[in-house]
Amino acid sequence: MIWETVRLSLRSIRRNVLRSFLTLLGIVIGVAAVIAMLTIGSGTTEKVKADISKLGSNLLVVRSGRPAGPGGPGGLDQVVRPLAEKDLEALVAHLSGARAISPASQKQVRVIFGTESLTSGVTGTDSAYLEARDWKLVSGRPFSDSETRSGTGVCLIGETVRQQFFGDGDPEGEIIRVNRTSCKIIGLLEAKGYTGFGQDQDNVVLMPLHAYQRRIAGNRDIDNIYIAADDRTPTSELQPRVEDILRDARRITPDRESDFAIRDMTQIADAMASATTTMTGMLGAVAGVSLLVGGIGIMNIMLVSVTERTREIGIRLAIGAHEKHILIQFLVEATVLSLLGGIIGILIGLALAGLASLTLTIPFAPSPAVILLAVGFSALIGMVFGFFPAMRGARLNPIDALRHE
Amino acid sequence: MAAGAPLITFDKVWKSYGQGEARVHALAGVDLAIKRGEFVAIMGPSGSGKSTAMNIIGCLDTPTAGTYSFMGIDAGRLDRNRRAMLRNLYVGFVFQGYNLLARTTAAENVELPLIYRGVASRERRNLAMQALAQVGLVGREHHTPAELSGGQQQRVAIARAIVTRPTLLVADEPTGNLDTARTHEIMELLTQLNTELGLTIAMVTHEVDVAGYAERTIRFLDGHVASDIMKVELA
Ligand SMILES: Nc1ncnc2c1ncn2[C@@H]1O[C@H](COP(=O)(O)OP(=O)(O)OP(=O)(O)O)[C@@H](O)[C@H]1O
Ligand SMILES: [Mg+2]
Repeated sequence: MIWETVRLSLRSIRRNVLRSFLTLLGIVIGVAAVIAMLTIGSGTTEKVKADISKLGSNLLVVRSGRPAGPGGPGGLDQVVRPLAEKDLEALVAHLSGARAISPASQKQVRVIFGTESLTSGVTGTDSAYLEARDWKLVSGRPFSDSETRSGTGVCLIGETVRQQFFGDGDPEGEIIRVNRTSCKIIGLLEAKGYTGFGQDQDNVVLMPLHAYQRRIAGNRDIDNIYIAADDRTPTSELQPRVEDILRDARRITPDRESDFAIRDMTQIADAMASATTTMTGMLGAVAGVSLLVGGIGIMNIMLVSVTERTREIGIRLAIGAHEKHILIQFLVEATVLSLLGGIIGILIGLALAGLASLTLTIPFAPSPAVILLAVGFSALIGMVFGFFPAMRGARLNPIDALRHE
Repeated sequence: MAAGAPLITFDKVWKSYGQGEARVHALAGVDLAIKRGEFVAIMGPSGSGKSTAMNIIGCLDTPTAGTYSFMGIDAGRLDRNRRAMLRNLYVGFVFQGYNLLARTTAAENVELPLIYRGVASRERRNLAMQALAQVGLVGREHHTPAELSGGQQQRVAIARAIVTRPTLLVADEPTGNLDTARTHEIMELLTQLNTELGLTIAMVTHEVDVAGYAERTIRFLDGHVASDIMKVELA
């Protein structure tokens, strides 16, 4: 019986191909918009996550200063006590669960080679930095421990710096000038590209911390300490250990707040991802409104269809159809119609998302759940908006319906 | 239902439309009985209430006052769906305008009442073919109404009415749209169904010729039964 009715409705949809198509347009556009939105959105989320994980995975970053905002007015707290070498030493000596611990101090500095110059992010650090940041060398070697300790004038450069000074040539062994001090290039860093926020991660020069402190910063401060958790230790577990060790090393009494902050990059990544997910959801909801418009289109055409087929309804009622038979017939027709629109919409939406993922270079991430949801939702729209017209048909008086011209 | 009891009984049946000044009584206290197997013609001037009476007889409509019983059932007080069931089980309809579904083949039109009975598709097809054969339409099963003449369309309608093997056939001016030759063919078919299958037939007509095929003629006038004559009495 239900299969019979589905066949019947397909036939009546085929009879009015153009009209059916125009009716479907609303649903098609609505579903296509939702599918494209959500698919592009989840691709963007993946991209953002990937970008952030480029900063290094399972990474804690310690910097000096209170976790949020300045201290009380005029209080001694306000004097920021920078991180120092002994803090780093304490961590290296006592922290378990870390894969790499590395100091880093940064500054934008003019870098010169021959007649060319470039403003670069110059970082003073040690050989553990590459491991902490998941960064590899394309060629050359990292700083040796003795170079780190003595603060030799050697450096590693990023791809952007190489392109600026040497084009595609080999930079190894060349001497560049960094803020009036010279340093010899001993390695080339693997290209990381831009972050999702448009920052060039390859415009960098790394040098031993002591060299940086002495020749560029002119102090003994450490801006950040990077701590990469090992595979068995979640950053959330590592964080309190780091805090304890540092409070101890910095002799902070229990009644006082810490004068340093620990940021969990994994948490930041999750927060960013959930922000884009929320954004995607909102865009999807806006697109969902067009589905509503599509539903009204279905309702309209079903009302026309019921009116046009009043006599048919009369005949069916006269020969013994119950109200529910007529109701089901028109409900099925509306549902099949909008389901058809939904399926066409999904195909178009996926095509659009595929196109977008090519041009925006984000991953193509269609979600089976979203597609199933779209199928279910379009069927639901057919049922909801088809119900009123179908009810109207089912309630017709057979005598009046038979007399209808 | 006791043996010999009428199939159809009107007991002071009224059917009124409108309110106050504009109130019209299409039927004004009609008493009437039709037995199983009878072939009754209903005549009378336009607006005298013939179609109104037929709709009540066929359980399409209900009286405003009085009692209509069909097979001993108080059909006038049944709800829509129960009356639909009665129609599906016991009543076949033939209309002046054929009332076939457009763009639907003869066979599919004939199958329609069986769908609402829940008959399986294969058996439906067989029964429809049989009914079409009974009305002399072999070879036209897959034609749509637009491809059939008026007489042929009315035969399809008759096949659709008898495919469920009903007790009663209700025909409101079945030959109203047909020429003389076609009219007589259809009337012969109805007579044959009445005598061979014992089908009870109630038929409205304006033509004395057509009424002549029935064994009994009831004349309506202003919502009353004006006369009720058996053919033998005429002869
Ligand atoms: N739905 C209705 N609303 C109001 N008045 C109606 C309705 N149906 C019938 N009538 C009135 O009832 C009366 C009887 O109508 P009916 O259709 O039974 O006449 P009839 O005998 O079949 O006439 P005809 O020979 O022209 O078909 C007429 O006066 C008609 O106007
Ligand atoms: Mg009439």
